[in-house]
Amino acid sequence: MIPELGHFALALAVVIAAAQAVLPLIGAARRDAVLMASAPSLAFGQLAALALSFGALLWSSVVSDFSVYNIAENSQSLKPLLYKITGIWGDHEGSILLWCLILALCGAAVGAFGRALPATVRARVIGVLGATSAGFVLFSLTVSNPFVRLWPPPWEGQGMNPLLEDPGLAFHPPILYAGYVGFSIPFAFALAALIEGRVDAAWGRWVRPWALAAWACLTGGIALGSWWSYYVLGWGGYWFWDPVENASLLPWLAGTALVHSAIVVEKRDALKIWTVLLAIGTFSLSLCGTFLVRSGILNSVHAFANDPARGVFILVLLALVIGTALVLFAWRAPRLQPTGIFAPLSREGGLVLNNILLCSIAAVVFTGTTYPLFAQLLAGAQISVGAPFFNAAVLPLAIPLFVVMVVGPMLSWKRAALAPALIRLWWVALAALAAGGFATFHAALFPALGFAASVWLILGAFVDIIARIGLFRLPLATSLARLGGIPLAAWGSAIAHAGMGITVAGIAGMAIAEHRIVAVTVGETVDLGGYHWTLEDLHDAPGPNYSARLADIRVTHDGRVIAVMSPGRRSYPLQRTTTTETAIRTNLFRDLYAVLGEERDGKAVLRLHVNYLAPWIWLGALVMAAGGGLSLADRRLRIGAPLRRAAAPVVTA
Amino acid sequence: MIRRLILLALLALPLASAPLVAALAISDPAEMLPDPKQEARAEAIGRQLRCLVCQNESIEDSGADLARDLRHIVRQHVAAGESNKEIIAWMVARYGDFVRLRPPFEPLTWLLWASPALALVGGGVIVAFASRQKRPAPAPLSVAEQRKLKDLLKS
Repeated sequence: MIPELGHFALALAVVIAAAQAVLPLIGAARRDAVLMASAPSLAFGQLAALALSFGALLWSSVVSDFSVYNIAENSQSLKPLLYKITGIWGDHEGSILLWCLILALCGAAVGAFGRALPATVRARVIGVLGATSAGFVLFSLTVSNPFVRLWPPPWEGQGMNPLLEDPGLAFHPPILYAGYVGFSIPFAFALAALIEGRVDAAWGRWVRPWALAAWACLTGGIALGSWWSYYVLGWGGYWFWDPVENASLLPWLAGTALVHSAIVVEKRDALKIWTVLLAIGTFSLSLCGTFLVRSGILNSVHAFANDPARGVFILVLLALVIGTALVLFAWRAPRLQPTGIFAPLSREGGLVLNNILLCSIAAVVFTGTTYPLFAQLLAGAQISVGAPFFNAAVLPLAIPLFVVMVVGPMLSWKRAALAPALIRLWWVALAALAAGGFATFHAALFPALGFAASVWLILGAFVDIIARIGLFRLPLATSLARLGGIPLAAWGSAIAHAGMGITVAGIAGMAIAEHRIVAVTVGETVDLGGYHWTLEDLHDAPGPNYSARLADIRVTHDGRVIAVMSPGRRSYPLQRTTTTETAIRTNLFRDLYAVLGEERDGKAVLRLHVNYLAPWIWLGALVMAAGGGLSLADRRLRIGAPLRRAAAPVVTA
Repeated sequence: MIRRLILLALLALPLASAPLVAALAISDPAEMLPDPKQEARAEAIGRQLRCLVCQNESIEDSGADLARDLRHIVRQHVAAGESNKEIIAWMVARYGDFVRLRPPFEPLTWLLWASPALALVGGGVIVAFASRQKRPAPAPLSVAEQRKLKDLLKS
């Protein structure tokens, strides 16, 4: 009964989304206030229907209703409650439903927070979101339905892949999807602007907060996924240039470019056509990221052929959404007159260069990811494009990007001189060179370059703020007093740029990580990275739906116990799989990382790593996301929001 | 034979959202070469070589049997004193270019290797094209505005 309710609500959502796509757009074209005013209500209605549908699936999963095919395939009665809930988005059907739910949430968010928008713009934005939503909810209803029943129901479900039974992965998809889908709002604003034939500074100000919020979520989502692969997969890697990872990196790169070019639209009324195209491109890449990856076409043409109905539906839907947007762009963009004029050497120029470099990196990643597919389809050749290619091809583009990231914000708007900007940065450059030079004594060229870049980025991010408060130039008290006057957006950008530097430091640190693989008996000690690692004990430990084998390792340094770690192996009888449970002890500057391998002849194989600065990779990403959030809180972006005046304060004597 | 193996492996791939592999990519210490320099070189070579039955992993990262065999072969060749190039050439002769994670520079991959430069040039061309575009002249001042301007200049 409950699954049928969910099924019905899903069908209802398709109908409401279709209405949301049609009525507001007609209303905006005819300037019909009633039709336009229906937009928010329809968006709320669609959200309610999808929330009901999602709730029904959640319920079926929590009570382990194995008569639902999706639950029987992916769940199991013994599974902990948390994973019964989060397992919903662990499989194809459930994750598509979550995707649709977040898209509906975006429409409702514009409905709720967009009251200050001109009526036609709001109606069109919500209408475009409705049209997109209608397509994807229909996809869920027809070929990816999570509510299909199974008769007779099995006694026990198949269980989910144990690798997914992990808190990091439990929350990775919703955050990542919030990022992916969040870019639907800039996309809808872009299409609305094309229909209106008008892009101005106000448009830039409307788009930027949504783009920033989506970007911050995407940053967090990617970081969470990378962290998960670091501690779960168990060989100390954190980024594999896997098609799935690249698919999330592409919208991130385009989104980063978008967040920056929207600044130029807002401040200088320039780069308008380009920003509209970026907004379209970012969401298109998000769509490709979710759906092409899920269709399996990137992994192999054969996997795609396994389920042609889904694949063809997705391809047609993507072609429709992206194609319509691009056709609309080609048709209407020439109407958007370029206005703002700026010299090549200016803040705008720096942002243009940033956009070129980010988009070039995106182009390289896109080419590399899809190249094997095309080589196979067109030339019948089987080639691989893996990490060594991406590292080699992206690095030459990343280095100038890092330079521009620091120099660009030093330039003034409209027209700037390079020399004063460089003079302000001399001590940063000196510090970076010193750090890089010092690192070459201990590390190879690549990590040394990374350390130099990270010092350059972190210090360079704050040069502007230091200059604004007149640190060391004015009395300290004055400087501190000025600190409060710095707008939040300036803090946001400085912190986000510094976050990139932190991540780069982590990547450089990982490049000098040490590891060792040893076979030891209980009581034996090995040395790695200045630490003594002693295998204390090997024992079994039971778990709820698995049995574990644990190795207790004592790590000492100068006779002092630094950590006691228990890496292990879990075997899941139902899924007949084994997973490794990595043990990690961090002090923020290095991770001690241990994995238990096979046991033979009374000896246990251990893989031990000392990963320098490893946590900084994800810490940096969090700092970047926080910078985005801070920028979001800037008052400037909230101007134009409805001023809900508080009642005049009552003055009492 | 190996081609069929690849085909089978590809068919068996799950449509999953993450690189799902049996996370047992731990190697036997007995596999490693006693000389740390040689071992480091063997690892560097191994990182360039794809585990043919895996999704996107180098033989150093993979727990598959085939990867273990290939690791072993790489180490044998390193111990025999062959150069990196010779070892990779040996692998390519056996398994084709598919085994190289870093594709060779050849007509088929020209476009791939040129992609960074092409992207940059493309970006430059777009910027050059856009900056040459004629911008509309600012609208002439209205009569009232001209009067205001005159007043301002006078005072």
